[in-house]
Amino acid sequence: MGALGKPIILMVAMYAFLKFGLPNIPGSAPLPSSLIFLYLLLTAGGIFMFETVSGESKDAFWNPIQRFLTGENIGGLQALRYGVFILFPLLVGWQTYGSTAVSDLPPTESRTIHPAPPGEYTGLSNPVPKTPDNIMQGKGFYAAYCSPCHGGNFDGKGPAARGFIPAPANFADPTTIAMLQESYLFWRIKKGGVGLPIEGAPWKSAMPRWEVELPDEWIWKIILGEYDGAHQSPRTWE
Amino acid sequence: MVQRALRAVGSHGEWLAGLLLMAGWLALPSVGIAAEGTTAGPTEYRDIPYVGSRNLVWIVAQLHLLLAGFVLGVPMFAWLCEVIAWRGGEKRYDKLAKEFTKLLTSAYSTTALFGGILLFLLVAFYPKLMNYLTDVFFPSFLLYCLLFLLETATLYLYWYGWDAMQDGRKKTLHVFLGFLLNFFALFIMIIPNAWATFQSSPVVLADGTAFERAWAATWNPTWWPINIHRLIANVVLGGYICGAYAGVRYLSVKSPEEREHYDWMGYVGNFIGVFGLLALPFAGYWLMREIYQYNQQMGITLMGGFLSWLFILQAMLIGVLFLGSNYYFWLGITYRIPGSEGKYRRAMLMMLVSLLLCLAVWMTPHSLVASIEEAQKMGGAHHPLLGVLGVMSAKMTVSNLMILITFMSFVMYWRAGKQDTAGWAKLAKAVMGAVLVLASLAVIVLGVWGYFVPAIVRINYFSTSQVLIVIFVILTITPLTALLLKSAKTTTEMVWGGMPPRAGYSLVLNAIMVILLMTLMGYARSSSRVHWHVYGVMRDTSPYAYSPALGSASFIMAFCTFSFCLIVAFIFWVATMGDKYKTAPGQGKGELPHGIPAMAGGAPEERSQR
Repeated sequence: MGALGKPIILMVAMYAFLKFGLPNIPGSAPLPSSLIFLYLLLTAGGIFMFETVSGESKDAFWNPIQRFLTGENIGGLQALRYGVFILFPLLVGWQTYGSTAVSDLPPTESRTIHPAPPGEYTGLSNPVPKTPDNIMQGKGFYAAYCSPCHGGNFDGKGPAARGFIPAPANFADPTTIAMLQESYLFWRIKKGGVGLPIEGAPWKSAMPRWEVELPDEWIWKIILGEYDGAHQSPRTWE
Repeated sequence: MVQRALRAVGSHGEWLAGLLLMAGWLALPSVGIAAEGTTAGPTEYRDIPYVGSRNLVWIVAQLHLLLAGFVLGVPMFAWLCEVIAWRGGEKRYDKLAKEFTKLLTSAYSTTALFGGILLFLLVAFYPKLMNYLTDVFFPSFLLYCLLFLLETATLYLYWYGWDAMQDGRKKTLHVFLGFLLNFFALFIMIIPNAWATFQSSPVVLADGTAFERAWAATWNPTWWPINIHRLIANVVLGGYICGAYAGVRYLSVKSPEEREHYDWMGYVGNFIGVFGLLALPFAGYWLMREIYQYNQQMGITLMGGFLSWLFILQAMLIGVLFLGSNYYFWLGITYRIPGSEGKYRRAMLMMLVSLLLCLAVWMTPHSLVASIEEAQKMGGAHHPLLGVLGVMSAKMTVSNLMILITFMSFVMYWRAGKQDTAGWAKLAKAVMGAVLVLASLAVIVLGVWGYFVPAIVRINYFSTSQVLIVIFVILTITPLTALLLKSAKTTTEMVWGGMPPRAGYSLVLNAIMVILLMTLMGYARSSSRVHWHVYGVMRDTSPYAYSPALGSASFIMAFCTFSFCLIVAFIFWVATMGDKYKTAPGQGKGELPHGIPAMAGGAPEERSQR
């Protein structure tokens, strides 16, 4: 089992790192099983490729497996072989049952975070000039209406944030508003969670529909304040 | 008499019943058509039961596109091989070019057949849309027909005149015919591209002559990005399919000469596929950029909206393609250059680990698939640490690195079994090493920096700089290596025909990956129009004006891939049917491609002369 030892150890080590190591890095969190499966699949694929790149390494890798599964006079491994033959189908059956049986848990979802905005909101430019006064006003509106959830530091950690799943967006993260045009933010603020289109299902957004409380000009000013406060720039084409 | 007839068909009763059922099924649309004909106004849509008009058009269009990609891609490198043989005098390249062209002839008629079926289906199922498109593109329809006639005539002359036009000026004429074939093929590709891209990014002139309106509609914002992207993709598809053909033949042939030939052909097919693959991500990036710029809504639908999951699948398929191509190179080093394995095993391991790390980044989605408990622990759909890997800055960086690694894999293969003799070899290798390391660092630094600058700076300057850096590396290291190898001493002769069966299977896998990739991206491009026939101009008002769920779409993609593989297998079977009846006992070894292409270290004949 010599040549098999390293791959097995590598797979176990990779699993342990993904399951227990990476989540304990400061600022990290446990990985979902879909991602762990993906990384383990890549690791297994890599092992298979490397071990079969030459005849010698392939034989060293594959022959012990073949011998264990089909060989004769394997001594004490015979009992293990029967164990594998019995346990492997049971494992597959258990996995199949687990993935198909009726459960009271909500299904795993692939939510579309950034659905496409309606046509009337695409290509709008901010009608409010980007002046220090307007930015300051926007930050004031932000503090009053947005910061309870999105946080005074624009980091999605407002006092009310812990009550929401998913958490409010972290604007300081360069992968959120920095990827979007101002018109997109205008649409999301104005129409809120209830204004998400069908492709945005399952509509997990507690964002209020601010058009009922705020005039458009205030919303545009809030956008100016958000980008400035989060030290980000909107996506543009110029 | 009735009894006698019944007895006569008795043994074929099941067949007849099946045929009757099939005829009844096929006749069902006429019921629908008749019913629709009674309503006021012209017919806008027709349908077909069970399958659905959209699914049928989708499947036929995809198959036509795949066949067309093969038919337009293969002539490019078939002609190139012929030119290499013509200028360099290496007959094996001519033989290879002829073998490629043999596959082309039967594929060409099948492509035309599917094109005809597609046209009939479109006219029958979407009369309103086809009326509109005909009105806009009428002049280009005529040009397309003319080009098709010219292409067909040229292909016939090119193929059937191959043996007759082998010497002197006739060969020059034959090479010119090959050029014409590619010239017409290019226009045959870009004209229908105008029709398809017009549907996504229409430019509509209210006034003007028929020609002016057609020209404005043709020159729409995504026309050239698609033209370039498809041109490269066709080379990739053609290369990998020819590689798969060689792989299958390699697995089935018995004689050492044939094994040598198909081993070599598989190498050339893989090389062509990789050559195109290195450039493909650049073209894809440009296309997406143009789509985003044309319409933010469409761009978001593709890259951030419900179609964004397709790009995770795309990453997986491209990743497997890169891994498969590199694996084939590494197998080549191990099995064709005896004794090289020990020397390059560590380098292969490092390349493999780097490729896998890059692929892990590429495949990590921005929003993860998670159960509610998992999402609670992460604080949402984004992982706080790995979420940053889900955006374009990371994806662009790793795709460029994968291109660099694959290029270096090829260089390693190229250099294997050679010993440098030039006095400046040490310096050249140091320069190449420095270029590679600095370029890789620069690509990574730009990728990380991209998170801290406005999106437009990243898109317009950083991403393009990353591409230029990779191109610079390729353009620097290729000629330097070629110069070094010119004076290098061959330490190990290359052995053809000794590759293990898994090499053939990896060639087949690569071909399947690229077909799946094209079906996936075909769906993405069409679906980005959502409920529009012509985006923002003509709305889809049929019952199929919805985007199918990704699972349903994947089923059709898989079906198209499987069907295309069957069609290609049939074409290859037909094309090579006569071969087994030809006897080849007198074939001398000198005529066989037991050497290797010049780019992989020169032919054995050349080496023996040194």
